[in-house]
Amino acid sequence: MLTVEGTRTRRARVPGNPSPVQQTPSRKSGFRKVLGFTWVLPALLTLGVFVYLPLVQNFGFSFLEWDIYSGSQTFVGGDNYAKLINDPIFWSALGNNVLYAAVSIVFQVCAALVLAAIIESVRRERWRRALRAVYFVPSAISLTVAGLLFYFIYEPNLGLLNFILKNVGFGALAQPWLGQESTAMMSVIAMSQWQGFGYSTLLFAVAIQRIPSELYEAAAIDGIGTIRRFFTVTVPLVREMTGLMTIVTISGAFQVFNEVMVMTSGGPNNSTQVLGTWLYRSGFVRNDFGYAAAIAMVIFLVTLVIALVQLWITHRRRVEW
Amino acid sequence: MVTRISFLGSILRVFMWTFLLGLVVVVVYPLLWMVLNGFKQNAELFGNPFALPISWEWQNYADAWNRGVSNYLMTSVLVTVTSTIATVFISAWAAYGLTRVNLPFNRAVVTVILGGLMLAPAVALVPLVKMFQSLGLYNTFWALLILYTAFRIPFTTFLIRAYMIDLPREIDEAAEVDGASQWTTFWRIILPMCKPILVSTVILHVLFAWNEYLFAMVFTSGTGVQTLPVGLTSLMSKHGTDYPVVFAGMVIAAIPVVLLFFLGQRYFVKGLADGIGK
Repeated sequence: MLTVEGTRTRRARVPGNPSPVQQTPSRKSGFRKVLGFTWVLPALLTLGVFVYLPLVQNFGFSFLEWDIYSGSQTFVGGDNYAKLINDPIFWSALGNNVLYAAVSIVFQVCAALVLAAIIESVRRERWRRALRAVYFVPSAISLTVAGLLFYFIYEPNLGLLNFILKNVGFGALAQPWLGQESTAMMSVIAMSQWQGFGYSTLLFAVAIQRIPSELYEAAAIDGIGTIRRFFTVTVPLVREMTGLMTIVTISGAFQVFNEVMVMTSGGPNNSTQVLGTWLYRSGFVRNDFGYAAAIAMVIFLVTLVIALVQLWITHRRRVEW
Repeated sequence: MVTRISFLGSILRVFMWTFLLGLVVVVVYPLLWMVLNGFKQNAELFGNPFALPISWEWQNYADAWNRGVSNYLMTSVLVTVTSTIATVFISAWAAYGLTRVNLPFNRAVVTVILGGLMLAPAVALVPLVKMFQSLGLYNTFWALLILYTAFRIPFTTFLIRAYMIDLPREIDEAAEVDGASQWTTFWRIILPMCKPILVSTVILHVLFAWNEYLFAMVFTSGTGVQTLPVGLTSLMSKHGTDYPVVFAGMVIAAIPVVLLFFLGQRYFVKGLADGIGK
């Protein structure tokens, strides 16, 4: 089943290693080259139809006024973008995404790196593995489950957080965390840090494991203390992972949707609206698909710029990809 | 001198362990609270959040199961399993072509496939809705299978490709000398050698497909095709006052992926170590 009989006689071409077989030009080589595309064709087709084509279509849609129920589509030029610029909720949503990115960099990149270094300094392998696993658990359960859980934890009257505050004498701090504009966004962000830090910690731990132990031994012999060792050995040597995590974190912050949708749906009074939820609300609740497409273009541009920065950094370091 | 250092060192160690264990409590306690609440009666749930259940109400789990969770779970399993198989195979297939077959325009193909990494699913949302409606795939299992596969091919290919690049060329040459075709080399030699990264990509894809929310919410409605993440929110809105049942549903949704992670942890970490940072 695994082998097609007729393909037996074809020889694998080994790139970069010219063998005597390949040096004699084959009549079939052009055909074989085309046949080589069967390897990448399923991936190219799937991506082309369901990822790249919609992206192009979305650009077109952003110039339409489009009612999906009546099916009427009118070309309105840049009207949707003009509307975007004058929409205060759009700007506050964008601001929330930026806030999300900033807090996430602190926790998912800086704190996670420190935490990973602390975990990897634990002597026993068994304890290291246990800690990494426990911290990762929130990342394994879905954002929906975590979001619902924290919805109950933040519940104003009877939720866990206010209950704890009241019982340790900080009852004055008890408040409707998700129910008021001033605290809702930070509460959602806090939940998502709880959910995600274990994942980035695990990635940093993996990067730290790749550092040759001789470097740490040499630093120890030179009498360099733990904290200086962190800054002179660990930080420089996981720089690539730090760069990657920063980009992934920022890019992820502009795609936030699930936790906001589950916990607040963008409320109260649009205070927790992010680009993703504002897109969803504009398109699927307010039936303004052209406007939703314009918001999507903003998300696209932001994530594209972030990705290009990453590419630029990768190329500058001459890492082959 | 020596005593001073070891004294400071032990202070540091105590501090470190207090911090590490404190963080364990912060992570574990909410989860424990969730599990315990799944066993409580509605009245006692918020009355004393710290208490153990008075009587262990297994009935909550049966109720959750009967109020749609069994359907959500079946859909989630079906979508997760099929999209994992499709994604990992198409990606491994492409990774083999990109690393071991001398393709013309190789660099362009790499750019197109890995370029998909940059694109956020939300960007394609509006056109995809239109496309799936006209294809008649809206509100079917196929919509999720196709979307989960398409949007995860770039990342999965990226990981497998990084692993395959480092497998020595001599293997291919030896296989060629033995008269093996490319297909045989792929199935019998290269793919088995990629086992560590394949396990990692399977775990990562399962985590993604099991937990995905945006596509699942937009492309499905109705108990028959909803996955667990969406199903839980509808359970919440339908039986919002019956909190223990919602908690029981949350636990049912969380357990499979947590188990999978613990079972595959060793491979997962090794695969990440080999596949990332290249």
